[in-house]
Amino acid sequence: MKAKGSVFKYGDNVDTDVIIPARYLAIQDKKELASHTMEDIDKDFVSKVKAGDIMVAGKNFGCGSSREHAPMVIKESGVSCVIAETFARIFFRNAINIGLPILECPSAAEAIKAGDEVEVDFDTGNITDITTGETFKAQPFPEFMQKIINMNGLVGYINS
Amino acid sequence: MGMTMTQKILADHAGLEKVEAGQLIEAKLDLVLGNDITTPVAINVMEGINKKTVFDKDKIALVMDHFIPNKDIKSAENCKICREFAASHEISNYFDVGKMGIEHALLPESGLTVAGDCIIGADSHTCTYGALGAFSTGVGSTDMAAGMATGKAWFKVPSAIKFVLTGKPGKWISGKDVILHIIGKIGVDGALYRSMEFTGDGIQYLNMDDRFTIANMAIEAGGKNGIFPVDDLAIEYMKAHGSRPYKVYEADEDAVYDEEYVIDLSELKPTVSFPHLPENTKTVDEIGEKIQVQQAVIGSCTNGRISDLRIAAEIIRGKKIADNVRCIVIPATQKIYLKALEEGLIKDFIEAGAIVSTPTCGPCLGGYMGILAAGERCVSTTNRNFVGRMGHIESEIYLASPAVAAASAVAGYITAP
Repeated sequence: MKAKGSVFKYGDNVDTDVIIPARYLAIQDKKELASHTMEDIDKDFVSKVKAGDIMVAGKNFGCGSSREHAPMVIKESGVSCVIAETFARIFFRNAINIGLPILECPSAAEAIKAGDEVEVDFDTGNITDITTGETFKAQPFPEFMQKIINMNGLVGYINS
Repeated sequence: MGMTMTQKILADHAGLEKVEAGQLIEAKLDLVLGNDITTPVAINVMEGINKKTVFDKDKIALVMDHFIPNKDIKSAENCKICREFAASHEISNYFDVGKMGIEHALLPESGLTVAGDCIIGADSHTCTYGALGAFSTGVGSTDMAAGMATGKAWFKVPSAIKFVLTGKPGKWISGKDVILHIIGKIGVDGALYRSMEFTGDGIQYLNMDDRFTIANMAIEAGGKNGIFPVDDLAIEYMKAHGSRPYKVYEADEDAVYDEEYVIDLSELKPTVSFPHLPENTKTVDEIGEKIQVQQAVIGSCTNGRISDLRIAAEIIRGKKIADNVRCIVIPATQKIYLKALEEGLIKDFIEAGAIVSTPTCGPCLGGYMGILAAGERCVSTTNRNFVGRMGHIESEIYLASPAVAAASAVAGYITAP
């Protein structure tokens, strides 16, 4: 499986309160909820993001609240993959559980710039910055997590 | 190589003699928790799971606490979904208006969390129950749904950081100063994916409410869980609040820790986290300027317990809240509210010009009951000071202990008693 898109770049410690502020958490409709994605740190995100685009961030991405609404709105807004130096652990779990592809890759997280065209190969963990020609290698997931991802999340895994 | 306290609990719940850091396991759950924000999402997920029944109607706790009493139509609809789900599955631990409290104060108080338990909750502050010697950690709604259906969850066995607490803290130093100090030292990802195991002679000077506060904010250092040894005080607490059998686990003497910190509690000073990260700490005496505040919040799953209210009332009693400050006090549960009423604390707050609310998470996450306008500052006993957490993105939150929040509410600027 591959993903390709242009990059939205963020810094360290992007918390779930800025990914989707709590004032919107009573909203159940995914599309309506996703219309507020990243609103508090990047109000242009929603109008600019296209299907397939990629988020790249620093350390501890998704820290704070356990709200699954955070990976959910990122996925719903069309983002195909989030690459970060590290992820906060609940966000990490939630992303895998709902089938939002994420990759930990410090070198890619540092080098890739906003607006770059990037291609990700999930089978090999290879990340290519098409704009600069640089390539990176992400840590592969343990087999168990790979199984959950391949079954499109935890529900698929349990049902199997 | 021995196991840490967390590893021992996880091994037992996975039916294994031994586990090692990094190992992926499936563990049996003693309790699955959700609130009015995360449960509706979990109920939705459960519809996709082939198994439609819950694993044990007595081992699920649904607490309506975030936007309750309902702040708007959407939050009312969400609670209705939870209420109907609880009724149809005969969930015995469903807590609605009148019985509810802030989940992480309510569950230990109701005897639903005890030492040795393995608990997941669709709320990041589920790590609070580590104060009683349980393994408990926050997860998302899909994990909650899977937990409700199967009674199990997958975990990567964490390694641990050991925090040796020594010495006796000073008069106004509470659990909040301890944990803010630690987060300031190791950073908001300092314990990422790992356990924070607290030990040392200094623990005897921390009451249960202090320990709940410390374990509660393990997540603010990125930790998977925070956990305390089970001493006489913890056993006394569990016996006073319920009848469920508990099991005491102790770390092996040769358990391996990634890092070890020794913290002398007698050296700690009142500590404040500046915007917009809990790691941006300063002691109050390091603040050179007068930071005026327009609001003070005393409450939350971190600091809404009776000891917190007693400390705040002791400082506020007989004084007046500063003219330009709105002081909002929120007892975390109905029992705490009643106790505060019986002890005269509510009267102290009201006479000083503070308001007292029914239990709710409300302002902590910018839900309602104390939202900030642009440019406003709040000193708060809550747990997060992220951008926009309590309202406008140009507002600021200063995290502090009940003592500092109360003293600041009276002074009108951030100060310590």
